[in-house]
Amino acid sequence: MDYYLSVATFAALNVILAIGLNLISGFCGQVSLGHAAFYGLGAYAAALASVAGVPFPLAILGGVLVAGVFGIVVGFAALRVREDFLAIVTMGVGFLFLGAVRKQPWLGAEMGIAKIPSPLDKWGYAALAIGAAVALVLLSLHVRRSWMGRAFGAVAQDEDAARTIGIDVAGYKIAAFFIGTAAAGLAGGIYAHMTQLIIPDTFNFIQSITILAMVVIGGIGSTYGVVAGAILLTLMPELFRFINDYKLLVYGALLLLVMRFSPGGLAGMIQRAFGVRLA
Amino acid sequence: MMLLAGERLSIAFGGVHAVEDVSLAVAEGELVGLIGPNGAGKTTLLRLLTGILAPDSGRVLFEGRDITRMPIHRRAQLGFALTHQIVRPFRDMTLAENVMMAAAGGVTARPWRALAKVDARGARERAMALLARLGIDDAADKLARNVPLGYLKRMQAARALALEPRLLLLDEPLAGLNAAEATRFADLIVELNAGGITILLVEHNLGEVTRIARRLLVLHNGSLLAEGEPRAVMARQDVRDAYLGEEAHA
Ligand SMILES: Nc1ncnc2c1ncn2[C@@H]1O[C@H](COP(=O)(O)OP(=O)(O)OP(=O)(O)O)[C@@H](O)[C@H]1O
Ligand SMILES: [Mg+2]
Repeated sequence: MDYYLSVATFAALNVILAIGLNLISGFCGQVSLGHAAFYGLGAYAAALASVAGVPFPLAILGGVLVAGVFGIVVGFAALRVREDFLAIVTMGVGFLFLGAVRKQPWLGAEMGIAKIPSPLDKWGYAALAIGAAVALVLLSLHVRRSWMGRAFGAVAQDEDAARTIGIDVAGYKIAAFFIGTAAAGLAGGIYAHMTQLIIPDTFNFIQSITILAMVVIGGIGSTYGVVAGAILLTLMPELFRFINDYKLLVYGALLLLVMRFSPGGLAGMIQRAFGVRLA
Repeated sequence: MMLLAGERLSIAFGGVHAVEDVSLAVAEGELVGLIGPNGAGKTTLLRLLTGILAPDSGRVLFEGRDITRMPIHRRAQLGFALTHQIVRPFRDMTLAENVMMAAAGGVTARPWRALAKVDARGARERAMALLARLGIDDAADKLARNVPLGYLKRMQAARALALEPRLLLLDEPLAGLNAAEATRFADLIVELNAGGITILLVEHNLGEVTRIARRLLVLHNGSLLAEGEPRAVMARQDVRDAYLGEEAHA
């Protein structure tokens, strides 16, 4: 039972991460290859706060805010660089985060942070993670239906045309980065308390690519598709253990195959097969 | 006071002086034509006025206020609208949705306010009325990527009008339309102008511009060559030479 509970919890955390990235890349059209850094920022910030005696809900909130604020900073960087270069910048942010954490004794360096207080039991974390994932899915569906989602679409499709009809492109990009990275921070805070031990490698480039693969395989821009992608890619390494050793290879290959043969991912396949468009 | 003024605007791309020391002023309520041979700098001048390009030197004034450094979206909110010579639709949106994006200016101005609002009926109604006015409401629910150029040209005009602009900058709106459509569109431009919108019109269709504009500006090699009443301007030898020179090169 414990095993299934922990798989479900990880699936929920991955849904939160993928939904956040989909907001940035799928809705607003901003590439990010460093999403794991914000997962890590949330985890480290919440862990440090808890170790320092901050109550659990506030520690989680702290993780959300730290990740979101750094997300805003990267959002500002996104305003200055061309689209293809943004991929490099966000990848760089990921490596910068890892490099910095690995060298800081107060962040535990390579050893990470251990003995993080854990106020909940396994059921508690599962409920928290699934509850948060459901809340994010609802938020994502709402964003899509709202004028924010429509404006994201305009920014993603043609920034200059969006500007000339009065859309504050910069404001929308920063909003997308804030919401998406704050969500990653939430996942990080929950993860840190659940495992009680965090190490830098959990938040590496492979993790970023894994999250991106969930979004692309599920169907970039489709909330339900991305949920399916996140759950699928959580289960795959559980069913086929060998994948764990070849994650970058397997996910990289899957990414390329999907982009080549079904750019809409699973959601796109469903649309073609059944004629229903997933939100 | 002038609604829009450019003062000594210049910009160069590499060695090319696309616009050099151009000053112009458009009074509230005017319908001004801006003409010139290919590569004269007309589009570049419009881009300087709307802020898509920042001038190397010179200023742009709106109602006497210096807006040279003002971001594009803020100018749009002030009542500046333009259509692009090369159409720029949101290709994965329908024509109606394209226009709705502009019609919802009050809602989308701030991201957080946009997040709080879902209802699109008002914007949809206004968009449909504008599409009907331009005669393309039959394609309202078609994706922009699937409609012909003539429709996109008119959709862009509808999108610009949805901003309820005070000033409309049109970059070759008649190109790509057939003769009947062009005349109809030109009449609409006159009608909009009569309704109070100040218009600066870049156009190669000299027949239509001279018919509807009350004043012409002629740009040649990045500089202002002539200015005045359309028929008088078109009769000038240097203006004829500028156009003929183009044909000689072509
Ligand atoms: N972004 C750019 N980079 C380099 N050169 C440019 C750029 N934009 C315009 N030019 C050059 O500036 C000059 C003026 O171009 P512009 O497009 O403004 O002319 P135009 O009058 O609009 O011509 P057309 O009637 O063909 O639309 C041309 O020589 C063009 O090649
Ligand atoms: Mg031009």
